[in-house]
Amino acid sequence: MTDLLNAIVLLSNFLIIPGLTYGSQLALGALGVTLVYGVLRFSNFGHGETMSFGAMVTILTTWGLQSIGVSIHPLPTALIAIPVGIIVTIFFTLLIDQTVYKYHRTRKANPVTFLIVSIGVMFFMGGLIRFIIGPGDQIFFDGTRFILKAKEFKELTGLDEGLSLKMTQGVTIITAIIIVAGLFWFLNHTRTGKSMRAYSDNENLALLSGINPRKVVLVTWILVATLATIAGTLYGLDKSFKPFVYMQLLLPIFASAIVGGVGNPVGAIVGGYVIAFSELIMTFAYKKVVLYLAPEGTTVDSLIQLLGTNYKIAVSFIILVIVLIIRPTGIFQGKTL
Amino acid sequence: MKASFFQKHRSVLLFSFMGTLLILVGVFQSWSVALTIFNLCLVSAIMALGVNIQWGYAGLFNVGVMGFAALGGLASVLISMPRVDEAWKAGGFGILAGFLIIVTTVMTCLIIWPKIKKNKRWRYWIIFILVILGYSGLRIFFDPGVRAIEDVNPSVTGYLGGLGLPILVAWPVGGILAAGVAFVIGKVALGLRSDYLAIATLGISEIIIIIIKNEEWLTRGVKNVNGLPRPVPYEVDLQQAAWFQDWALFLDLPLDDASSLLVKVCYALLFIVVIAVLLWLSETALRSPWGRMMRAIRDNEVAAGAMGKNVTWQHLRVFVIGSAVIGMAGAMLTTLDGQFTPVGYQPLRFTFLIWVMVIIGGSGNNWGAILGGFFIWFFWIEAEPIGLWIIAHLTSSMEPASPIRAHLLEGAAHMRLMTVGIILLVTLRYAPEGLIPEKKRM
Repeated sequence: MTDLLNAIVLLSNFLIIPGLTYGSQLALGALGVTLVYGVLRFSNFGHGETMSFGAMVTILTTWGLQSIGVSIHPLPTALIAIPVGIIVTIFFTLLIDQTVYKYHRTRKANPVTFLIVSIGVMFFMGGLIRFIIGPGDQIFFDGTRFILKAKEFKELTGLDEGLSLKMTQGVTIITAIIIVAGLFWFLNHTRTGKSMRAYSDNENLALLSGINPRKVVLVTWILVATLATIAGTLYGLDKSFKPFVYMQLLLPIFASAIVGGVGNPVGAIVGGYVIAFSELIMTFAYKKVVLYLAPEGTTVDSLIQLLGTNYKIAVSFIILVIVLIIRPTGIFQGKTL
Repeated sequence: MKASFFQKHRSVLLFSFMGTLLILVGVFQSWSVALTIFNLCLVSAIMALGVNIQWGYAGLFNVGVMGFAALGGLASVLISMPRVDEAWKAGGFGILAGFLIIVTTVMTCLIIWPKIKKNKRWRYWIIFILVILGYSGLRIFFDPGVRAIEDVNPSVTGYLGGLGLPILVAWPVGGILAAGVAFVIGKVALGLRSDYLAIATLGISEIIIIIIKNEEWLTRGVKNVNGLPRPVPYEVDLQQAAWFQDWALFLDLPLDDASSLLVKVCYALLFIVVIAVLLWLSETALRSPWGRMMRAIRDNEVAAGAMGKNVTWQHLRVFVIGSAVIGMAGAMLTTLDGQFTPVGYQPLRFTFLIWVMVIIGGSGNNWGAILGGFFIWFFWIEAEPIGLWIIAHLTSSMEPASPIRAHLLEGAAHMRLMTVGIILLVTLRYAPEGLIPEKKRM
């Protein structure tokens, strides 16, 4: 019995909690990609940099707050800096939309042109971010590191395996739940949200019913900037902020959006968790779990690992490619091109 | 309407401008720097040519350039490095057995698929079980072999080595390797359209890089392969040759400089030969009935299909050809570097930058792609010194110790990302056809 409990705790500690955290970060990122795809109808390669930009503004604000001694101990200061990050990112995104995307939108450029334009935006923002904050690692986490320490858990339960919950993991999961709930309430219960969905569903019909396209585009960018800032900051808090990393994050995010069904918000969330958990499940070493569950005296030589940890990111790409080939509409029937 | 002088001689003028820029670098910085930039410009131009074949001729959006370039680099390692006999003895059997198992599994799947295709409920499960069986078998033979190989003198070899052939052989082989992989990718991914093809190829190129980074028995992974053989003479040998000493004396250059210059010129000549051949081939192809058909397919797939052209097959063909050119350029780049560094393959530098070259040069026009390759690579390298120079001048009124000035000077290195982004955005808006637009053929 204890062995079974130990195995469960072990899995929770190294698989379920990290999976939920990473999955929430991916889901928030994928929601942004999916909104752009649904409403503006292109794959936004600049989304990783938008996340990075939002996180950067949040970090700068956090440093400002820290220097004047503001703190919400035990929670990280970055949480109260996020609103500033969101507002600045919204303005920046709208500026980019007005100066860059708007022209191509009025000319009804095809999605590929938009994609290439977004690559240009990616270059520009990437350079700007590195110019402002530098290419290095930035640590901006403060507050208590752990909500639950492994040692405390062991003492509490008397099990051999410890369960720890980092502050960043708790914050990430709870924030993600709140944001997702808020987004769905907005999309399903407000007039603006409904008009956005209508526009995404059938542009011509929506225009005929008197929906203002400019407002829809505006609200979409506001939502995208908000989601991107939160996702970027949470990722930076949990791992660390490095401009370079956000570009690498772009592909798992696309993978999440596509696996779930691009253009479909529910799909983006499910996709995020599918990608996160498959990465962990494929690269987790099951040796200890098997030892707990197997009858006593069993010896196991190998780590019982399906793939080396180095291949973690590759898992998401492989899933992406498989989904694209077998079922390009994703799990939840998104749009197809 | 009469075309203005500029429009008429557009490409000649632009290429002369590019040449002048390089000469200016030679005069103001050094000839060695100018030649280094020139060589990399040539390689970039070939990569851009490959992308242009796919995008400009056929409208295929391949964002996996990095993967094919890396495969070319891998080819130069596998062809030119000496064989490590000890490693072959230690783990060769495991690797070969593993390889056989992969081939058998794939073949079985391919043979069995038409037979179980109709069975909607079980077809994926059967394939899944076959793959699991194959994978387990692979791991049983493969893992000990890999461990044995990587244990053989890990600081120097720790991999199987190559074939020990001249490195020039690697250039076409790199093309063939990339073409082979492109064939498989094209088979599965070309059915997807635009956006999805882009994301799929981006993902596949990342997978290729991850494999190259981690399969140390094949590539030494992050430990890099150094000291690839050269197709041109070594500086040390040159410096000892009597004819070369006379020649340097005649040119009034120090021996060191003269030898490194000559080596670079040799590389440049080799690259120019390759680029000339490729350019001639692509121009001929564009003018041929095949080129006409490709343009028809690009401009209206449905209409071309209705005319009886096999669109899928032609797409696959052009995808494979373009990838082969990129693979070849990848092999050339690794040859020029003299080492294979898997960590160096970043999508920004190897995929997106090449794309910027094609878009800015003029998609659909081979000369445009080459000019774009030259132009963008030049700015990618020179933006840093230029940015530093500008910022140093702008901030010269500030105190030398001012933190703002220090920050700005430090940030100048990242100006090139911003510059390239702005150049791309401006081109897309004001000159979407690029510097040398595609010729309108009637």
